[in-house]
Amino acid sequence: MSQRSAPDRTVWVVIAIVTGIALLFIPFSRFVLNVNYDYTLSTVAVGGALLGIVAGVLGCFAVLRRESLMGDALSHAALPGVGVAFLIAGRDLGVLLLGAGIASWLGVLVIQAITRTTRIKQDAAMGIVLATWFAAGIALLAFIQSVPDARQAGLKKFIFGQAAAMVQSDVQLVAIVAIVMGIVLTLLWKEFKLITFDLEFATANGFRTGLLNALLSTMIVIAIVLGLQLAGVILMVGLLIAPGIAARQWTHRLDQMVILAAVFGAFSGAVGGIISGVDNTIPTGPMIIIIAFTLVMLSLAIAPQRGLLWVVLRTRSDRRRFAAQTTLRDMYRYALSHQNARHPIPVAFIRGITGSQGVTGLKQLEAQGLAARENDAYRLTPAGVQAAASDEANQRLWDVYREYSHALDLPQVNEDRQKDIRDVLPAGAVDRLQQTLEGTHA
Amino acid sequence: MANPQRPPALLVDDLTVAYNSRPALWDVDLEVPEGVLMAIVGPNGAGKSTLIKAVLNLIPRSAGSALFYGKPYEKARSLVGYVPQRGSVDWDFPTSVIDVVTMGLYGQLGWLRRPGRRERALAMHALEQVGMASFADRQISQLSGGQQQRTFLARALVQDAQIYFMDEPFAAVDAVTERAIVDILRELRARGKTVLVVHHDLQTVEEYFDWVALLNVEIIASGPVSTTFTPDYLRRTYGGRVSALADSAAVVGGD
Repeated sequence: MSQRSAPDRTVWVVIAIVTGIALLFIPFSRFVLNVNYDYTLSTVAVGGALLGIVAGVLGCFAVLRRESLMGDALSHAALPGVGVAFLIAGRDLGVLLLGAGIASWLGVLVIQAITRTTRIKQDAAMGIVLATWFAAGIALLAFIQSVPDARQAGLKKFIFGQAAAMVQSDVQLVAIVAIVMGIVLTLLWKEFKLITFDLEFATANGFRTGLLNALLSTMIVIAIVLGLQLAGVILMVGLLIAPGIAARQWTHRLDQMVILAAVFGAFSGAVGGIISGVDNTIPTGPMIIIIAFTLVMLSLAIAPQRGLLWVVLRTRSDRRRFAAQTTLRDMYRYALSHQNARHPIPVAFIRGITGSQGVTGLKQLEAQGLAARENDAYRLTPAGVQAAASDEANQRLWDVYREYSHALDLPQVNEDRQKDIRDVLPAGAVDRLQQTLEGTHA
Repeated sequence: MANPQRPPALLVDDLTVAYNSRPALWDVDLEVPEGVLMAIVGPNGAGKSTLIKAVLNLIPRSAGSALFYGKPYEKARSLVGYVPQRGSVDWDFPTSVIDVVTMGLYGQLGWLRRPGRRERALAMHALEQVGMASFADRQISQLSGGQQQRTFLARALVQDAQIYFMDEPFAAVDAVTERAIVDILRELRARGKTVLVVHHDLQTVEEYFDWVALLNVEIIASGPVSTTFTPDYLRRTYGGRVSALADSAAVVGGD
């Protein structure tokens, strides 16, 4: 149980830290950076946080379904839709996003058609559509800008995103979508989890997987399209996948991953929005991505178990521990072969059989008081002899476990011979192994 | 073995499946009586997995039908358990062993309802059956191949189905896991279940199974192992290229 609850707690600690930083950021920015939280900036902060939550949550599924690249193609493909919608209906956010969504869907349909009917693979098909659609979008925006019309001012901001363009009604729209998606996700949680893990099994179990798949994909598309005005078509994929990737490092549970991704997304969206909102010359998209990927880098480096830092440290301590254990064993056997557990063992012998590992091992054993140096030899201390003997007994019990666990009907555990078998198996099981051991040697 | 009053556990009729207008299965007829352990054997590309998937409506059929205890699949879902190939999923998915096993109950729970204490207890029981109880809270990314396979098996056991379809459960597992799977198969048979297993190892067919279907796009033969797993039928299935056949054939021929 303790194994389960420790990582469970980690996630809440991380959430508390991120929330704490976010809360500290407000007074920090106000007094140190002289940020004035007026109406516009508050809107940007709230809108950015909400969009970050939506993108982060749905992004988890995009990452787990291996659709990160599809997300990138989708967001690039949205640009011509923005242009066409503007030409038809003018600068109304709802209409622009609708146009973006339609263009994205068309892009996906074309990708699927190419993959199905030609020998072109999906990644190449996505590349084709992404580039073509984006080029068409750029051309369309250039055309629109050549026409003198004051309303087209905000349009270019769809490329890199501009949080300052957000108004209160935009935030309301995002809030409604976020609530609806939250409800759908809660109600269909186990279904979405199942189709993401094992689509075939879900189908065989009678779930309407076609429908569920379409629903989940549509929600991912909506998250992308909504985020366009904040992060822009080029970098939207970053806001989509970065929170999920960062969150994945901290937990092995889908529910925790999604919650943590929401927090990371909100943090990136809000802080990125505020920073670029203070100075309009900084586009929001790059700002958000810098923050989001800082979170990814930090997570990759320091997350427990998976983090690179821990991997390096663990590898080092493992190497020392294994070296000490091996050397102790070698020394004990050598000494016993001279009929005395405390027989001195020449350094040359230890060097000779295990090389540098032996040297490392000797240092460890000496530090732990299990061996002591005497001129050109080492001698096991009484504690060392005891440790070696109990290790030997432990290994013998593991041998018996491997051979007889099935016959004795013992619980199946991972055979981790570095651990004391008494810590792994229940007491009764070890007693029976001991009896078997004595029986086989009697 | 089959009760004439009861419909067979599985009745496949004129099943044809085609990929890009090349048939993967051709006009397959198959009748599986209740309570048998059946191996589906045949060379690579013979359509063994395709047969299971087509029967379970996972891929479209060009023609034909499949009846489970006389009922079409839509009406027989609760009778059917499925163990996909373990390579078909991402084992780095963020979830635990017991969670995966509980997924076997999602179908019975239906829409909107969440698994609770009862489901956890059932999943735990299934894990005990496959000898994985102490792994319940383990992350699935930490499992060995054999443990993955047993987790999948537990997920199917928890469904308490009448007829099980297993896609290569013996592929790349160690001897201990193979033993454990065989024990479970036998226990299922003892409880009157029917089990169909896509199998690769001809050497163990006679030891593990009592029923066999020889498949190479078409059904070459199906029936009791003693009368069906013969050198003649095997040669017609594999084209006499497999050296392992010689041993198997010698055993059968020696009778």
